[in-house]
Amino acid sequence: MVSQNVQNLLYIIAAALFIFDLKWMSHPRTAVRGNLVGAIAMGLAILAALLGQPPHGWTYILVGAAIGSAIGWVSAAKVKMTAMPEMVGLFNGFGGGASVLVAGSALISAHTSLLESGAEIDMQMKIATVASGIIGSVTFFGSYVAFGKLAEFLAVKWKLHAWQKVIKYGFSLACAVGGALYAVPAAILPEGATGTDKLLGALIILSGLTIGGMLLVKKDRFPGMDALKWFSAVACVALGVFVVLDPANFLLFWLLVGTGGVLGVLLTLSIGGADMPVVIALLNSYSGLAAAATGFVIGDSVLIISGSLVGASGIILTQIMCKAMNRSLANVLFGTMGPTSETPDADEVYKTVKATSAEEIAMMLDGVQRVVIVPGYGMAVAQAQHTVRNLMHLLEERGANVDFAIHPVAGRMPGHMNVLLAEADVPYDKLREMDDINQEMEQVDVAIVLGANDVVNPVARTDPKSPIAGMPIIDVDKARTVIMIKRSLSPGFAGIPNPLFAAENCLMFFNDGKKAIQDIINAVKES
Amino acid sequence: MTFMALLTIFVLAIFIGFEVITKVPPTLHTPLMSGSNAISGITIIGALILAGRTDHSHAAQVLAGVAVVFAMINVVGGYLVTHRMLGMFKKKD
Repeated sequence: MVSQNVQNLLYIIAAALFIFDLKWMSHPRTAVRGNLVGAIAMGLAILAALLGQPPHGWTYILVGAAIGSAIGWVSAAKVKMTAMPEMVGLFNGFGGGASVLVAGSALISAHTSLLESGAEIDMQMKIATVASGIIGSVTFFGSYVAFGKLAEFLAVKWKLHAWQKVIKYGFSLACAVGGALYAVPAAILPEGATGTDKLLGALIILSGLTIGGMLLVKKDRFPGMDALKWFSAVACVALGVFVVLDPANFLLFWLLVGTGGVLGVLLTLSIGGADMPVVIALLNSYSGLAAAATGFVIGDSVLIISGSLVGASGIILTQIMCKAMNRSLANVLFGTMGPTSETPDADEVYKTVKATSAEEIAMMLDGVQRVVIVPGYGMAVAQAQHTVRNLMHLLEERGANVDFAIHPVAGRMPGHMNVLLAEADVPYDKLREMDDINQEMEQVDVAIVLGANDVVNPVARTDPKSPIAGMPIIDVDKARTVIMIKRSLSPGFAGIPNPLFAAENCLMFFNDGKKAIQDIINAVKES
Repeated sequence: MTFMALLTIFVLAIFIGFEVITKVPPTLHTPLMSGSNAISGITIIGALILAGRTDHSHAAQVLAGVAVVFAMINVVGGYLVTHRMLGMFKKKD
């Protein structure tokens, strides 16, 4: 057995390395090193834990670690870069789930060992267990919903692939059956079960059924959803108090986890499209806070330090994303976004829309000095990043200066566009931030908007009554010519028409993102 | 450690987090997220300690064992996927 001091020393080294990991994440040149240092820190922390509290039995540790590592390794190595948002969401969920399970295990363990000595579980552990149970459960179920929505098998009406069905129905079934499998033998069947026990058992079964059932709904909103959201939030707090008062009743803890799950599902289910980056960042923060809470449960400083680092990181990203949409976090989680009665009629706005062709665009691009490309989620859907890179090279060979203007909420997670373009070998100094590129927009000859809409809608600047009023946008309307590549005139996530489409300096090229860019490349080569 | 000591650590670590992370540019927000996500797999420590103990009930041990699986997916998957992503940012230097 290594002394407590050695363990704490290793913990401090690990914590310092975690801070370096995040610090080095601030530049692409040092980020790889940062990530490796983070992995080493994790290894050190694990080593310290195993040395400090040597396990008596290795079976669960070795089997669990082997299974977990294998799943993690295979999924991380196989995942396509375009599926990155759902992958990050999914990993997040596992972190939250682990926190709940550790808290539950610690609660049971503390109870059995304290029962022998006759002591009581202390207040810190009780409160931390509640926090870990709620936050972890919200993270786990919320992340599953985010994953399901990004992988497009939850809350959708269309036909699903076989693997999607297996996950969707399997998970729902597991929730419904899992609640019953635990509650029936623990609370309903035992002979000494009191009325309260039976009630709690029934409620646990109900929460499992509710979660499973809600995940089968084919819409992202259903009647009574907001009421249930508030109810489950209040119930979580109330149950938390009960758990603190009576920690020996494990039924209360698992009901708390179930109710947290209902809340997690409801908070994420109604979040659509452009709000996704906020939720992914928020869940990221929660998974850190859940780990920190677990640190309080088992009284372990390294969990608290790393958990709060992650918590802070997620909160900052959430703030950045909210600011970029000009919405408060409460509005994202509880509000809706859509056209108001004062939204102008689309037909009226689009009277003077001009359509164009690849040949015409090629002529326009002939001899230009500055081109800015504004990618949006449409580029990710069409997987057009490599084709866009080719267009960039072609135009640069012809003497133009090509930049990419990235809106903070473009895509489905923070930095989504940057990852896709990095995958396509676009140098990162070509990816310009919104505030930076907006100052130069008046010198831009051609701005090509690829699969973005709301983030270039000038109404945000001009109409104070619009739902996106005040949202920072990329000012492509100030460029000499704007080319919008879009399949149709359909509105973006905000559901409002975009007067830019009908502006004098704007041309619409109606096409699939990838095919449109390829057509332009061919036309430029021929001209 | 006492509660106050742990709370102090918690608060100070949050401040460090804010300081360090505000410097990360938007280009690296996705790797930051998946990298910090891997860090949140630190729960593995708690899971390992509890899974290795044989002096408590079987249920506690099974729960901890599942927690080891979950946390390990988070840790291994998180670091590896971040490494893959960052490799793409690096090669254009």
